[in-house]
Amino acid sequence: MADLSVNFAGIQSPNPFWLASAPPTNSGYQIMKAFDAGWGGAVWKTLGIPVVNVSSRYGAVNYRNSRMVGFNNIELISDRPLSDNLREIEEVKKRFPHHAVIASLMVGPREEWHQIVRDVENAGADGIELNFGCPHGMCERGMGSAVGQEPKVLKTIVEWVKEVSTVPVITKLTPNITDITQPARAAVAGGTDALSLINTIQSLVGVDIDRFVPYPIVDGKSTNGGYCGPAVKPIALNMTKNCAQDPGVKVPISGIGGIENWRDAVEFILLGAGTVQVCTAVMHFGFGIIREMVAGLSGYMDDKGFATIEDFRGKALDHVLTWENLNMKYKVVAEINEEKCIGCQLCYTACEDGAHQAIKLTPGSRVPHIVEENCVGCNLCSLVCPVESCITMERRDDGSEHLTWSERTMAGNVPLTFDDPLAGGLHHSVPSPTEALSTPVPRHYGLSQN
Amino acid sequence: MNQTEAHYESARCLFCYDAPCVTACPTSIDIPLFIRQIHADHVAGAAKTIYESNPFGYACGKVCPTEVLCEGACVYNLQQVKPIEIGRLQSYATGAIIHQEQQLFILPPANGMKVAIIGAGPAGLSCACELRMRGFEVVVFEAKDKPSGLTIYGVAPYKITNEEVLDEMTYLEKQFGFQIRYNHRIETREQLAELEQAYEAIFIGIGLGETAPLQIPGEDLENYMGAVEFIEKLRMEHHAVMVPARVVVLGGGNTAMDAASECARMGAESVVLAYRRSPNEMGAYHFEYDLVKGAGVQSLFNAAPVAILGNNGRVTGVKFQKTALENEKLILIPDSDFVVEADWVIRATGQARRTSFLNLIPGLETDAKGRIVWNATTGQTGNPTYFAGGDAANGGKEVVNAAAEGRKAAQHIAQWLLSPS
Repeated sequence: MADLSVNFAGIQSPNPFWLASAPPTNSGYQIMKAFDAGWGGAVWKTLGIPVVNVSSRYGAVNYRNSRMVGFNNIELISDRPLSDNLREIEEVKKRFPHHAVIASLMVGPREEWHQIVRDVENAGADGIELNFGCPHGMCERGMGSAVGQEPKVLKTIVEWVKEVSTVPVITKLTPNITDITQPARAAVAGGTDALSLINTIQSLVGVDIDRFVPYPIVDGKSTNGGYCGPAVKPIALNMTKNCAQDPGVKVPISGIGGIENWRDAVEFILLGAGTVQVCTAVMHFGFGIIREMVAGLSGYMDDKGFATIEDFRGKALDHVLTWENLNMKYKVVAEINEEKCIGCQLCYTACEDGAHQAIKLTPGSRVPHIVEENCVGCNLCSLVCPVESCITMERRDDGSEHLTWSERTMAGNVPLTFDDPLAGGLHHSVPSPTEALSTPVPRHYGLSQN
Repeated sequence: MNQTEAHYESARCLFCYDAPCVTACPTSIDIPLFIRQIHADHVAGAAKTIYESNPFGYACGKVCPTEVLCEGACVYNLQQVKPIEIGRLQSYATGAIIHQEQQLFILPPANGMKVAIIGAGPAGLSCACELRMRGFEVVVFEAKDKPSGLTIYGVAPYKITNEEVLDEMTYLEKQFGFQIRYNHRIETREQLAELEQAYEAIFIGIGLGETAPLQIPGEDLENYMGAVEFIEKLRMEHHAVMVPARVVVLGGGNTAMDAASECARMGAESVVLAYRRSPNEMGAYHFEYDLVKGAGVQSLFNAAPVAILGNNGRVTGVKFQKTALENEKLILIPDSDFVVEADWVIRATGQARRTSFLNLIPGLETDAKGRIVWNATTGQTGNPTYFAGGDAANGGKEVVNAAAEGRKAAQHIAQWLLSPS
């Protein structure tokens, strides 16, 4: 049986699954319930300056038959009295001494930081997370993402916290920035013990087209919120990778962003995360999802022979290169399995209209065929195909050659002018524009023919 | 289907290219488009897409044999996944618009030409809608007192209610502004002459006649009836129909299935479906026969009725003779007689042709099966003023076929009248 326990920058946790600082960690009641359900840690909803919230607070992106693939909120940090939160931290730690309780903090001046750090440490918090990420409401008061977007300010505040803290300090970063490694490096320079990312992405989640107001609506008006949920995972994965690969960072990373099952967690860990934090999925399905996450992660580790999280943490990092270091001699083309094909012809129309016209219809059959010389191996057809393993990408080079753009650049073997014969697309077959209007189309397609 | 189910069901549609469901639909509705419109919460747009191809959009969603048409063609079937519920989605979209009485089409100004339509069934009214969309004035002459033809008079009641049918018809009348003259049977040469005088073209959508007799002894007995007449009585006076203990239904087509399954569902203790040939030769769809079996109907194959038996003027049973195939010809096996007792005998053995009426139209011919000889592409008959569609021309098909033919005929009527070549 795999050992899921982690030591994250000195914080012990029975498993890498933490609740992110958010509505599910608003109270000791919720966190005790979560720990009892199987969560390994919780980052308390941000404690700090007093706030007042509005109603309503959340908006969602529903896509086809899925609800809340994207989610946004305009809620602020904890609006509960600090003393209540501190008392409950103490109670939770007493009842769950081996679980990780991290206090998320957001205040203004140096003295306030010092005071609140001492307060939460006295209450028994195992760690501190600095909320430099909140992109709505708080940033307008010079906090949250306003700090995360200013590496110098961020570094200063980390230093203030480190002046008094005795427990590990995690700096939570905002993705609302061009290069995530800049604030990451600043946090490290300020002495942070770890990073967590990403916080939410500044967003408008949608617009009520009858009332002409974006969501969520507060008395006929709206404001930008923070975007999260499954839709943001790719952005979070990339930023996690960027920090994990950066030689100027080299501190543990807690991965956040759209995680809702064990596979998501494994992906973050493979890109360097030591723990993962979850919010939206819990807001959608409740704490019970942890059963699937723990079982799945444990099963994966057993299958792969990984005894601990450290055995595979960062294992995908060596496989993420910059584009110019990819092998240009690698060549795949699509193949359609005629036995599996159900004849929807989505691959045909995707390639025809959205790619390289490398799939053609077969007269008398619903099964299209690949025109291999036109196929650039882009994957699009296999991505749109609704049948599992029906379209596969098959390797055509023999693996003996390896040539990258940087190697070609060094060898002076790159196109330099706009019409350079060395350019990639030169020999690709492209139909003439007017063929678009002379090629027969089915009934209901094409204004000129129907 | 409610909005939530419509949302989730429409989400499953793959939006196939050159979708097989469209090809399978006799009216070629742009199905992937209307499903996508439903999913994008543009129900009016979805209904318009449907009605542009098929004015009986709501009814067809309910009464079409979708298992062998659009849904049967859905690519999901090839993956052992439940096909998209196209019929139900179609009725969802059109039903919503019918209830909102939303105007979807803007009619062009009148072009000054008039077309008469004989028969307010699916063919006739589809023809009427399409002609109105092209600026023609349209008057529909209907022998009965309700529109939609077999949709209301001949479809088994479990498929669609009278209210649903009539709501759509009312909607179409308001939407397209054609006139229907009810209880106005066209049956004489004089009447036809008047129509020929007053209208530029005439569309015949008269359907078929009553259930034809079998020409065997005992057909004058009480409680011996035609299936079409039985279904009509069920639909018009459901409360007044009391099914007896024992019913024999003669026939192997879809109407026989409807009659048998209705009798079983209405409480007959024993319903026997008797067919002259083998199960594989039945005209009924497999799923219709499955429904009949599910309703508890017993089947009797290779049994030909040779006499209807009776006592005191009432049916008491059917005398059958066993049949066999000899050199691909059906023969009666000598001395194989047997009797099945029954309180009712319903024959669903095909409807009579209205050749005597059709013969009143000069130049219009009928074939050996009594069908109007027509150009299936244009709907035009041997008399160029007359166009045709629906059962009278195709010999008896689905509502959706009639709707398709009526609409197509309208397009060619327009072409013929506006640009005579």
